[in-house]
Amino acid sequence: MLDYAWIIPALPAVSFFVIMFFGKRAPKHGAEIGIAAVGASFLLSCVAVVEWINRVEDATGGESHGLVALGKSIFAAGGAEHGVAPVVHTLTWWTSGGTEFGVGTTVDGLTVMMMFVVTLISLLVQIYSTAYMHDDRRYTWFFACLSLFTASMLTLVVSENLLQLLVGWELVGLCSFMLIGHWWEDRANSRAAIKAFLTTRVGDIGLMIGVIIMFFAAGTFSIVGINEYALGGEAQHSLLMFGALCLFIGIIGKSGQFPLHTWLPDAMAGPTPVSALIHAATMVVAGVYLGARVYPVLYEGFNIHDGGANFMAIIGGVTILIGALLAFVQRDIKRVLAYSTISQLGYMVMALGVGAWTAAVFHLFTHAFFKALLFLGAGSVSHSGSHHSFDMKSDMGGLRKHMPVTFATFMIGSLALAGIFPLAGFWSKDEILATAGESGFDAFVVVGLIGAVLTAAYMTRCVYLTFFGEYRGHGHPHESPRAITVPLIILSVFSVLAGFANAVPLGIHKFTEWFEPTFAFPHLVHAEFDYSLAIISVAIALVGIGIAASLWFRKEELGPFAGLTKRNALAGRGYTFLENKYYLDFLYENVIVDGIRGGVARAYYWFDQNVIDAVVKGVGRGAARAGRFAYDALDQRVVDGSINAIAAGTGEAGGAVRTVQSGRVQRYALLLFASVGVMALAVFLANVD
Amino acid sequence: MEWFDDWALTLAVFIPLVGMALVLLIPRAQEQAIKVTALATSVVTAAVGIGILVDFNYDKSGKLQFQADESWIDVISSRYHVGIDGIALPLLILSMLVVIGCIIYSWDHFPEPRNAKAFLALVLLLEVGMNGTFVAQDLILFFIFFEVVLLPMFFMIGVWGGPNREYASIKFFLFTLFGSALMLVGFLALFFTSKQQTFDMVQLTQFGGAGIDHTTQMLIFGGFFLGFAIKVPMFPFHTWLPDAHTEAPTVGSVLLAAILLKLGTYGFVRIALPMLPDAAKDWAPWIGLLAVIGIIYGALCCLAQTDMKRLIAFSSVAHMGFVMLGISTLTDFGINAAIFGMVAHGLITGMLFFVAGSVQERYETREMSRLGGLLTQAPKLGWILGFSAMASLGLPGLAGFWGEFPAILSAYDPSAALDGIAGSSAFTTYRTFMVIAAIGTVLAAGYLLFMLQRVAFGTPKPEFENAHVHDVHVPEWLAWAPLLVLILVLGIYPNLLFDVTDGAVTNVSTLFSG
Repeated sequence: MLDYAWIIPALPAVSFFVIMFFGKRAPKHGAEIGIAAVGASFLLSCVAVVEWINRVEDATGGESHGLVALGKSIFAAGGAEHGVAPVVHTLTWWTSGGTEFGVGTTVDGLTVMMMFVVTLISLLVQIYSTAYMHDDRRYTWFFACLSLFTASMLTLVVSENLLQLLVGWELVGLCSFMLIGHWWEDRANSRAAIKAFLTTRVGDIGLMIGVIIMFFAAGTFSIVGINEYALGGEAQHSLLMFGALCLFIGIIGKSGQFPLHTWLPDAMAGPTPVSALIHAATMVVAGVYLGARVYPVLYEGFNIHDGGANFMAIIGGVTILIGALLAFVQRDIKRVLAYSTISQLGYMVMALGVGAWTAAVFHLFTHAFFKALLFLGAGSVSHSGSHHSFDMKSDMGGLRKHMPVTFATFMIGSLALAGIFPLAGFWSKDEILATAGESGFDAFVVVGLIGAVLTAAYMTRCVYLTFFGEYRGHGHPHESPRAITVPLIILSVFSVLAGFANAVPLGIHKFTEWFEPTFAFPHLVHAEFDYSLAIISVAIALVGIGIAASLWFRKEELGPFAGLTKRNALAGRGYTFLENKYYLDFLYENVIVDGIRGGVARAYYWFDQNVIDAVVKGVGRGAARAGRFAYDALDQRVVDGSINAIAAGTGEAGGAVRTVQSGRVQRYALLLFASVGVMALAVFLANVD
Repeated sequence: MEWFDDWALTLAVFIPLVGMALVLLIPRAQEQAIKVTALATSVVTAAVGIGILVDFNYDKSGKLQFQADESWIDVISSRYHVGIDGIALPLLILSMLVVIGCIIYSWDHFPEPRNAKAFLALVLLLEVGMNGTFVAQDLILFFIFFEVVLLPMFFMIGVWGGPNREYASIKFFLFTLFGSALMLVGFLALFFTSKQQTFDMVQLTQFGGAGIDHTTQMLIFGGFFLGFAIKVPMFPFHTWLPDAHTEAPTVGSVLLAAILLKLGTYGFVRIALPMLPDAAKDWAPWIGLLAVIGIIYGALCCLAQTDMKRLIAFSSVAHMGFVMLGISTLTDFGINAAIFGMVAHGLITGMLFFVAGSVQERYETREMSRLGGLLTQAPKLGWILGFSAMASLGLPGLAGFWGEFPAILSAYDPSAALDGIAGSSAFTTYRTFMVIAAIGTVLAAGYLLFMLQRVAFGTPKPEFENAHVHDVHVPEWLAWAPLLVLILVLGIYPNLLFDVTDGAVTNVSTLFSG
C-alpha cells in the first residue's frame, strides 16, 4: 500500500463525481457511495499504517531507539542522513523551460498517521451525517462535498512536493468555503464562508511566496529535497529564515493562529459535522501538518535548536491564551469549542516552535479524536436536545438525564481536552510541556500551564451550562439515534486510549518510534517523563475545574464575582474587550475590508473614470475640434479654393475627422493609415545615412 | 499528408471567409439555413484544427510547422507566409473552439435587432482575423489580420450593443486603431532599418535587431508596445475595455475577452520580444511595473462595480496583468505561464461573460443589487457561475491557477539580462512585483466571491420572487461544455498545454539567457 498510496485519495475523489452526477438517483441519495469510498480508504490507510510499522521494525530490528541505516536511500545526493526513507513516487505533472515538475506521493510515518486520522474521522462524520443531515435540502450535495474534502485533504497529506501540497491546501479551503456556506440562503452564512476563504487566503500569500523561495533555494518543490537542503549545511541562512517566515504565515492563516484566527469561530455557521471534521480535526491542522512536514526548514530558519524565544513559539503561546480567554464569554456551545480549537492549535504550533515535533504531532493526533467527539456531541445536543439551537444559556441545561450517551461521551471528551490523567489529552499536552522544559523554553511551559487551567475552567462552564441545572429549552429532549451515538462512542474510546501510544512512564514510545521521521530530519530532544510537571499540570487543571465548578455549580451564579463587570470599571472594560473579540473583527471587517471596498476601490474607480478616461476622451474631443478648426478656419477661409490641390487634401482630412461624430469610421481609418505612412517615411529618412 | 501540411493553415484561415460568403448569399428570410451554414463552417474549420492537432509534431514544438510561403505583394517584398509552433497552436485551437460555442449560444436568441445573417457573417469574419493573426509569419500579413478583427467587432458592438453602444464602439475602434497605427510605424521602421529589408517574421527574429542602434530600437519597440498594450489592455490604456464589454452583446464580449485580448499578448511574445531583444530588456521592467499596477488597479476597480458584466471586464485588466508580468520576466517560466494564462483566461472569462449574458437574458438586468438567489432559481446556472468564479480566482485544480502561480513564481527569478527600476537590482524590482501580484490574488478572491454572494447566494429579491427563470438550456450546455471540461482538465493535468508551449517558448527565452 505504501507504493500505491495514490489510491487512498483517489477513491473519495471518484466518489465526489459519482455522487454529484448520480447521487440523487441512488437509494440513499449518495450517502452510501461516500461512506463506501471513505470506508475503503480507511481500510487501505490501516494497511498502510501496518506496512509502515513493519518497515520501521524491519529496519531497526525491533530496537526502540538509535535507528540505524536502512541502507536503501533513494536520494543518493543527500545520503549523509540515515534512517527509514519515505516511499516516494512521482509522475510528470507539468514542464517549463525543460524542467519537469512532478506529482506523486511521499509516504512516511507522519503521512500514514495522518491518513489514518483523516479517513477515520471522515468515515465517522459521514455516518453521523446520515442522521444529522437527514432532512437537509441539499443532502446529496453535502455528501459530495464531504467526499471532495476527504480527497483534497488526503492529497495534501500524501503530497510529494510543496506545490501539490498547495493544491490540496487550496482545495480543502474551497470545501471549507462550500460547507460553511452550505445554507447560503442566509446571508450570515455566505458572509462567514467568504470571511473564512479570504482570511486564509491572506495567509496563503505567505505560503505561496514561501513555496517559491524554497523552490529557488533548494532547486526543487520536493518535500524531501527541500528538507535535505535545509539540513545540508550549505543553505543560505537568510533564505531559510525568509522561507520559514513566509511558510509560517500560511500556517497562521490555515491553523487559526493569532492574528488570523478570526474566521474560525464564524466558520461554525456550517453544519456541525463539518465543524467536527474540517474545523476541528483535520483541515485546520493542515497548517500544523505543513509545519511538521517541512520541519527542517522551520527548525533551521527560526534557529529553534538555539533555545530562546522565536516567532513561531510566541505566536503559538499567544494563541493559546487569547483563544482560551474568548471561550469564556461565548453563549454558543460551538463557539466555545471553536475558541478551544484555536487554543489547542496554539499548543501544537508552540510545540513545533520549541522543538517538540513529536509532541506537536502527537497532540494533533489525540486532539483530532476528542475535539471531533466534542463537536459531534454538541451536534447531538442540538439535534435531539435543544431543537437545533446552539445557545447554551437559553436552550440547554439539564440534558444529562435525557441524553445519557451524549452526556457520558461529552464528559470523556471534556476531560481529555482538560488534560486529566489518563485520558489522551493528558499525555500529549504533558509531552509538549515536558519537552519545552527540557529544551529550556521555561516561559512557554508557564504559558502552557496557564492555558491548561483556562481550558479546564471553560470546559467546566460549558459542560455545566449544557448538561447540568434545569432544562431551559422548549423542545422535548431525547437521546439521539444510533447513527449519531455510535460515532460518539467510537471517538470516546479513542479519546481514552490514544494517549497510551506514547505513554512514556510506562515505557511505551510507539508513537515516536513509528511516526517520527528519521530521514532528512533534525535530531530532536526527547524529554524524560517529568513526574512533578505532570502532577502540577493535572493539579492545575483540577483547580481550574474546581474554581469553575464552585462558581457555576454551587449557585448558578458567579458567587462573589456576580455582577463584577458592572461594579468594577476595569473588569467591565476587560469583559467588553473580550466580547468584542479584541476588536480584531472590527479592524478586519469594518476598517480594512470596508475601507477597501467602500473607500479605496471607489476612489480608484473614480480616478479611472475621471482622470485616465478623461485623458482619452480629451484626446478624442481635441482631435475632433482640431479637425473642425482645420476645416473651418484653414480650409474654408485661408485656402478657399485658390490652391486646389492643397485644399482637396485638407478637406479630406477635415472631413475625415468630422466623421468622428457622424460615426463613419472607415474614412477616419484611412486618414490614420495615411498619417502612419507619413510617420514611417519620417523614421526612414531619419535613419538614412 | 503532404497536401494537408501545405494547406492546413490556409484552410483554417479562409474556410470561415468562404462560409461568410455563403451566409451572405443566403436570403435573410431563411434563417435556419444561415445558422446551419455558419455552424457547419465553424465545425469544418475546427476539424482542420483537429487535423493540425493530430499531425503536429510535438517533439519539435519549437519549430514552425505547416508552413506555406508564397510570393504575395512583391513591390513591398511582403510574402504570404504562414506557419505555426507551440506558442500559436493552443491559441488557434482556442479561437476555433470559442467561435463554435458562440454560434451555438446565439442559436435561439440573437440580441436585438436580431438579423442573424449579418451577425453570423461578422462572427465568421472575426474568425478569419483571429486565426490569421495566430498563423501569420509576415508582418504585413499579421497587420492585416490584426486589423480585420476590428471592423466586425466594431459593428457587433455598434449595432447589437447596449444603450450606449455608439460611444463604446467608436471608442473601441479609435483607441485600438491608434495603437495599431503606431505598431505599423514600428513594422515599417523595422523593415527599413533591417539589412534584409524584409517583413518576414522568421528572418526578422533571426536578425533580432542586430545593427539597429539602441535608440531606434527603443523607439520601434515603443510602437510595438503601444499597439499591443492597448489590445491587451495594460494599465493605463485599458479604458476602452469596460465600455466595450459593458455595451457589447454577449457573444461579442466573449470573443473580445477570450481571443481578441490575446492578440496583444501574443504580439509581445511573437514579435516584440524576439525581434528586438535588446530593447525588450530595457522595456521589460517597466512593462512589469504596469502589469502589477494593472493587477491591483483592476482588482480595486472590480470591487467598486455594481454591474456584473463591468466587473468581469475589469477583472480582465487584472488577469492580463499576470500574463504580462510573466512575459516581462523574459524567462521560460514566465512566458510559459503567460501562454497558459492566455488560454486559461480565454476559457474562464469567456465562460463568465456567457453566464453574465445568460443572467441578463433571464432577469433583464446585470445590477448586482437587484440580483440574488440565482442558485435557488436556476441552480445549474448558479453552479456554473460558481465554478467559473473559482477558476477565475486561481483555484488550484482548475486552469486559472496555472497561469497565475507560475507567473508569480517566475517573478522571483527574472532573466539575468534585466536591470531593475530606478537603480535597484532586477531581483529587488521583480520580487517586489511578486509580492504585489500575490496580494492581487487575495483581491481577486474578494471581488469574485462578493459577486458570487450577491448574484448566486441568498434569496431572490421581491421583484423576481415569482419570476419563471429557465435553468441552463440545451444550446447553452452545448456551447459551454467544452470550455468547462477544458478548465477542469487543464487544471488537473497542466502538462497538456505546458508540454506544447515549452519548446517554442524556450526559443524566445534563450535570447535573454545571458
